[in-house]
Amino acid sequence: MEKFDVIVVGAGLSGLATALTLSGEGVEVLVLERGDYPGAKNVTGGRLYVNPVREFFPDLWPNAPLERLILREGFALMAKERSVTLEYSGSELGNEPPQSYSVLRARFDRWLAEQAESRGAMLLTKVRVDDVIRENGGVAGVIAGGDELRANVVIACDGVLSLIPEKAGLRSPGSPHDYAVGIKEVIALDTGVINDRFGLERNEGAARLFAGEVTRGHFGGGFLYTNRDSISLGIVIGIGGLVGRASPPDIPALLDAFKARPEIAPLIRGGDTVEYAAHAIPEGGYRALGKLYGNGILVAGDAAGLALNMGVTVRGMEYALASGCLAARAVLKAREAGNFRTETLSLYGRLLEESFVLRDFKSFQETPAVLANPRFTNHYPELIGAVMKDVYAVPAGPKARLYETIRKHMTLKEMWSVFKDLKAVSKI
Amino acid sequence: MSDSAALKAKLGLDVFKPLREAHIKIRPGMEKDVRLKPAVRICPAGCYSEDEQAVVSLNTDGCLECGTCRIACGADVLEWNYPEGDTGVQYRFG
Repeated sequence: MEKFDVIVVGAGLSGLATALTLSGEGVEVLVLERGDYPGAKNVTGGRLYVNPVREFFPDLWPNAPLERLILREGFALMAKERSVTLEYSGSELGNEPPQSYSVLRARFDRWLAEQAESRGAMLLTKVRVDDVIRENGGVAGVIAGGDELRANVVIACDGVLSLIPEKAGLRSPGSPHDYAVGIKEVIALDTGVINDRFGLERNEGAARLFAGEVTRGHFGGGFLYTNRDSISLGIVIGIGGLVGRASPPDIPALLDAFKARPEIAPLIRGGDTVEYAAHAIPEGGYRALGKLYGNGILVAGDAAGLALNMGVTVRGMEYALASGCLAARAVLKAREAGNFRTETLSLYGRLLEESFVLRDFKSFQETPAVLANPRFTNHYPELIGAVMKDVYAVPAGPKARLYETIRKHMTLKEMWSVFKDLKAVSKI
Repeated sequence: MSDSAALKAKLGLDVFKPLREAHIKIRPGMEKDVRLKPAVRICPAGCYSEDEQAVVSLNTDGCLECGTCRIACGADVLEWNYPEGDTGVQYRFG
C-alpha cells in the first residue's frame, strides 16, 4: 500500500505553512482540504502581523495578496448612548518593514496553496478526513472517504475544533470558557469611498476595535478592518459567558445592532454585504493549549489552540503560520533520524518554546483571566462615556470645574475598584 | 430569535453546496436537554429553534460550520461532524 511521508489535514495557514516548508525541502507532502479550495472554510477578522513570520518565509511576502497596510488604529469604548474613541496613527506604522495588513482568507489561502503546489506539494480538495489510523500506540495515517491513507506522520491543522487530535486521543473537547465565536460581514465599497471615509490614501488601511455595548457588556468586542474594496465588520463574543444563562444575547441580532450604531452606519452606508461568515476562535491562551505532539502526529495552528487575545491586538494567523513551519522543521529532523515517535517529534515542542509562539503564550498567560473581568465591557465604557459627556457639556448657567465634574463620577468606591482593576491589568 | 427573514437573506449571500445529510444531529433523547438551549440564540446561522414544549430542533441548512454549538452544548448532546467534501458553505472572502 502506498505510504506518504507526510499527510497534512487542513489547508489553512498552519497546514499550508507546513506544506510550503516541507515541499521546499523536497519532502513528499499530501494536504487534504474539505473545502472546494483552500480558504473556502476559513474565516478571519482580520489582520495579519507580518513581522513575527517574515523570516519564516522570506520570499513570500512581496507578492502576497494582502488587502491594505494598516496605518490607523482605533479603539472605541461603546456605551449605550455614546462612545469614546482613541485613535493612533504614526509614520512608524508605514515604515519598512510594514507591520500588519488586513486580509481575506479565501484569497490569501488559495494563493498560499499555489505557492506550496508550485514547490511540489500535493493538494486534494473536497476531501473530509473522517478519522485517524491508530496503530502501535500512535497515528499511522488517516481515513478519508472510506480510504486508508498511510503516512509516517500526520500533521493536524484541522482548525479550532481540533477533531483530528481528539480522535487521536491527544485532547478532549474544550471548555466553552476557552473559546469565542466571531461573526462577520464583508461589505463591498469602492476603494475611493473607503479612502475618503477613513482618511486613507492608496492602499493604506484602518483597523478599529470596539468594546462595551457592542456585545451588551459580554466578554468580547466588535471589529472593523478596511480591505481593498470592502470592509470587514464583525463581533467576537466569549462562548463561556453565554452558556448556562437563562437568556443569552441573540448573536446575529448583535451584529445588526452594531451596524446600526451612529458610529458605524455612516462608514458602511451604500455598501453591499457580499458575505456573512462565522467561526469559533480559541481564546484560552497558554493554559488551554492542547497536546502538541504524539506518536506519528503533530498539531498546529488553531487545532493546537494557538490564538491569543492580547486586548488591543488579537492574533492567531502568525501563530498558525509559524507553528506549521516549525512542525515541518521537526518532521525534517525526524526523517533524518528515521523515527516519527514522540521522542523525536517532541522537538516540535522545543522549537515552539524557543520561538515567539510559546514565548508570547507564556508572557500573556494571565491575559485571558484579566480581560474576562466583566467591568471592562459592562462598566468602563459607560463610566468613561459619562465622564466625557459632563466634561464636554456646556450648560446654560455656570460650569463646574473639571476636577469636580470628574470626581462626581469617580467616587471613592469607584476609585478603589479602578485601583483593583488596574492592579490586575499590570499582569497583562 | 433574531429577525429570521433578515438572517435568511444574509445567509442567502453565501455560497452553499447542498448537504447530502445533516452533519450535526441532536443525539436521540436529548432534544429537551438544557445544554442545547444556548444554541437557539447563539448559533450565528439560526439553525436551532425551540418549540412551546421546550423541544429543541436543528436544521443544518445554512450552517456556517463555525463549531460554536459543539463548544457551547458539548458532544454529549450533539453528534457533530463537518459536512462531507464538496458540500456546505464555500466562503468567497472569508
